[in-house]
Amino acid sequence: MHLGRHRGHRRDTWGANLGANLGVNWGEGSTVGTWGRQIRDHLAGGRHHRNDGHGHGNAVLVIAFCALAAGVAAFAITRGSSMRNNRRIDAGDAPRHTVRRRRLPGRHNAVHVGRTVTINRPRKYLFSFWRDFSRLPQFMENVQSITVIDDKRSRWVVKGPGEMDVTFETEITEEVPGEVIAWRSSDDADVKHSGRILFRDAPDGRGTEVEAAITYVPPGGRLGQLLAKLAGREPEIQTRRELKRFKQLMETGEIADAAPRPAARA
Amino acid sequence: MRALVWHGKNDVRVDTVEDPAIVNPRDVIIKVTSTAICGSDLHLYHGVIPTLRAGDILGHEFMGEVVETGAKQKKLRKGDRVVVPFVIACGECFFCRKLQYSACDNSNPVDKADMSEMLFGHQMSGIFGYSHLTGGYAGGQAEYVRVPFADVGPIAVPDDLEDDKVLFLSDILPTGWMAAENCEIEEGDTVAVWGCGPIGLFAVQSAFLMGAHKVIAIDHYPHRLELARKFGAEIINFKDVDVHAALVEMTGGIGPDAVIDAVGMESHGMAPDNILDWAEQTVMLETDRPHALRQAIHACRKGGRVSIPGVYGGFVNHFPIGAVMEKGLTIRTGQTHVQKYLPRLLDMIREGRIDTTFLISHRLPLEEAREGYRLFDEEQNETTKVVLKPGMEAANGR
Ligand SMILES: NC(=O)c1ccc[n+]([C@@H]2O[C@H](COP(=O)([O-])OP(=O)(O)OC[C@H]3O[C@@H](n4cnc5c(N)ncnc54)[C@H](O)[C@@H]3O)[C@@H](O)[C@H]2O)c1
Ligand SMILES: [Zn+2]
Ligand SMILES: [Zn+2]
Repeated sequence: MHLGRHRGHRRDTWGANLGANLGVNWGEGSTVGTWGRQIRDHLAGGRHHRNDGHGHGNAVLVIAFCALAAGVAAFAITRGSSMRNNRRIDAGDAPRHTVRRRRLPGRHNAVHVGRTVTINRPRKYLFSFWRDFSRLPQFMENVQSITVIDDKRSRWVVKGPGEMDVTFETEITEEVPGEVIAWRSSDDADVKHSGRILFRDAPDGRGTEVEAAITYVPPGGRLGQLLAKLAGREPEIQTRRELKRFKQLMETGEIADAAPRPAARA
Repeated sequence: MRALVWHGKNDVRVDTVEDPAIVNPRDVIIKVTSTAICGSDLHLYHGVIPTLRAGDILGHEFMGEVVETGAKQKKLRKGDRVVVPFVIACGECFFCRKLQYSACDNSNPVDKADMSEMLFGHQMSGIFGYSHLTGGYAGGQAEYVRVPFADVGPIAVPDDLEDDKVLFLSDILPTGWMAAENCEIEEGDTVAVWGCGPIGLFAVQSAFLMGAHKVIAIDHYPHRLELARKFGAEIINFKDVDVHAALVEMTGGIGPDAVIDAVGMESHGMAPDNILDWAEQTVMLETDRPHALRQAIHACRKGGRVSIPGVYGGFVNHFPIGAVMEKGLTIRTGQTHVQKYLPRLLDMIREGRIDTTFLISHRLPLEEAREGYRLFDEEQNETTKVVLKPGMEAANGR
């Protein structure tokens, strides 16, 4: 299968996934009536990709987003090819997390999610903000705290399902100042995941392109994913939202909120 | 406080709700002195814009006095009198830097942004009182309203300009202006405008100010058409006249150089395609009814420009892409980049070059907002613009 050479193709896959994926609440009694069908029609064709199971087991959602609760980056941004049923997957120049899910090898393997945003701030500034992990909870909604243990290791406390907290350690596995930070969860973590965040100069003074990618093994297979999605914490959604919040904080100094007063915050 | 709340299709009421307060550091709270009902509010009222929820406060055209400021609010002070753009924009992102404020990437909360990203491929900016697609921010048809990024949007207005003169800077004046700007008017050009509501009427004025040779206004309400004529437009009543034939004849057989759709997704009229749209909309095969837009595209001259200030929210059928392609038309549209136009338009109002007060047919207390909606919806010929004044005594008291 060929993915388009140009970036435009990524949107396709993304939109299709969103159809199946979005943890969106259209609202009680909202005017969405006419819309459901239209959207279905327009997304048809792509929306089934998501339904491939990724392993089985009990519904340990904890994982899903522990891994990603942080909503951060990924690991294999491996561009290029991998195999499934001896058939070559041609990802072209597209990032790994844009490969159609059903094209990924094996059913019990890791899931790759990710997202790129352009942030109108210098690369070094963004990198150094991110490098101090203790600051990440400022924009990561589900992360209660991150304690830096030493130069490489930190301890994360993340809101788990049913409001119970999940704690795990991460270790930095790769660091190129101003360019890349990658980490992975320690071997005894409930949710095994790895994250990678890339900073590169955007063209023509637009600031910095920040690409976050995360790889995790879904805990409870399909059911686990479904439950996590219902809780609004599915890693793909979470990654997208955390990264956008990071952008908002860096560009505007605050995080957009439609609440009419502080007490009404979600 | 009191505020106009949407309860369901064609059901809005003035209710008592909790006061807003500062949430983010760049916020201010405004005590509203004047707020208007817009054609866009009618789309919400009719329930054709998705994701509106019962309990939402409407209103995106408002002005008033700053009564509270956030910790990092550096521009506005308590007591400032400001008009607030309906588009919420951060001023810092890629789009804001390009002055494309209505494309702001940072003003729509991330969970809400997911919806428009799915529908449109990219997220929209925040807008006051305009469904959850655009953030679910409470609107300004209320006594008080929270205004985010208040160091970017609101413009301070001098005390000697009364509310009625400057209120429309919040939306309809810049929208009519941008509609005309999108026509890229050249000398000798004829511009045809569908819809003589507030947007169409400001587009007529703006097109002349930008040097149009002739403006032709189209509607079916005699009073609204008469207002267009007062500004120098030639008029066509679509009830009595074949619009396409008339436009061809009135432009020497060439067709209008630019066309403006100031009608939007709820076209009136008994044209066959509009009746088909009604049917398809009813059975959910279509969300919007673009009859006026089809007609505009059909009438536009070869190589001409199509400007669409009228709001569309979803999907249409039988879109005349053939006419667009074969005639080589250029289409320009969008929610208005209000912030971009404010200083210039405020100057023009002050210099008396743009007339704004002619439009107002009704000034009502906020308490009578429900009746205001009914009038603007059902008696469109006479009701050209309703302005609500929270400070005004209700006729029959509270
Ligand atoms: N782009 C923006 O940022 C922006 C801002 C404000 C309003 N709008 C939109 O602009 C549109 C007009 O707003 P308004 O406040 O003037 O609304 P309005 O409802 O007062 O006016 C619409 C006018 O169009 C006329 N009309 C209906 N069908 C017609 C047809 N087939 N041919 C010719 N005229 C027809 C109606 O008779 C009416 O006079 C709405 O869709 C509104 O949502 C867009
Ligand atoms: Zn409006
Ligand atoms: Zn912005």
